[in-house]
Amino acid sequence: MKKVKIYITLKQGVLDPQGRAVQESLNTLGYSEVQQARVGKYMELLVDDNEEVEVKIEEMCSKLLANPVIEDYKYTIEEGVVQ
Amino acid sequence: MKFAVVVFPGSNCDRDMYFAAKDALGEEAELVWYQTANLSDYDAILLPGGFSYGDYLRTGAIASTSHIVKEIKQQAELGKPVLGVCNGFQILLEAGLLPGAMLRNKNLKFICHFEGLKVENKNTMFTSAYKDGEIISLPIAHGEGNYYCDEATLQKLKENNQIVFTYTNNPNGSISDIAGIVNQQGNVLGMMPHPERAVEQILGGTDGLKLFKSIVNNWREAHVTSA
Repeated sequence: MKKVKIYITLKQGVLDPQGRAVQESLNTLGYSEVQQARVGKYMELLVDDNEEVEVKIEEMCSKLLANPVIEDYKYTIEEGVVQ
Repeated sequence: MKFAVVVFPGSNCDRDMYFAAKDALGEEAELVWYQTANLSDYDAILLPGGFSYGDYLRTGAIASTSHIVKEIKQQAELGKPVLGVCNGFQILLEAGLLPGAMLRNKNLKFICHFEGLKVENKNTMFTSAYKDGEIISLPIAHGEGNYYCDEATLQKLKENNQIVFTYTNNPNGSISDIAGIVNQQGNVLGMMPHPERAVEQILGGTDGLKLFKSIVNNWREAHVTSA
């Protein structure tokens, strides 16, 4: 099995009101050094071993897991994972 | 004229939509479950508001992968009117039937009240009963109605007159005050405000009724020959 870790974030330039609220809350708690917060999503997939896994993951990200109009994604693939 | 109201798990404006088509408009309408429907028997397809699949992943994202959406695409290609309201609009965006995407409202709040709209394009099968530039009032009820698209897409929308409704007092941060857009062919309309909730005076207004009347009028002109 392979473990795929997927990170999805709003594109730079796309307004992230949630991130902004988080940043303001951190500032309120006294962490004045925080200049920006961006809130995203993290997903883990367990995938059967398959030579085309990277091509498939790329497809899954662009078709469903992320919306390319507003989001960027990146992922890592860990080999030899035992369930 | 026969309307299909597609019901997804989590739809919650389906009955309002059904009422608008069946009772307020006086046409045939049926609620159709997303797994079993065959849409070829219907003249128009209505995608209601709600929270399909609990808004998991992104609003409308899971519903957009269902088989019925493939069928909606086929029917749309035949030129049939397809109207998506609120979550229905979000599904049309996620399915790629309309360009752009939805973001959380700028103020992060779920907003629920009547909002002023301007009819930007009355030359569509959905808006021909309105006057050009008419200001109307329709209820909105959404947490993610902040319409977003890139600059190139926005230019295209403007050039092709695809922006159908704009907010007079932008409540959610939508780019260019956009409240509703049509596809390039003009037969798929997505909008965040709820016309089906403004079809009788007792509901607080009747400005939504003209939208449904426009659909029927245009369908009759195209399909019914006078005796």
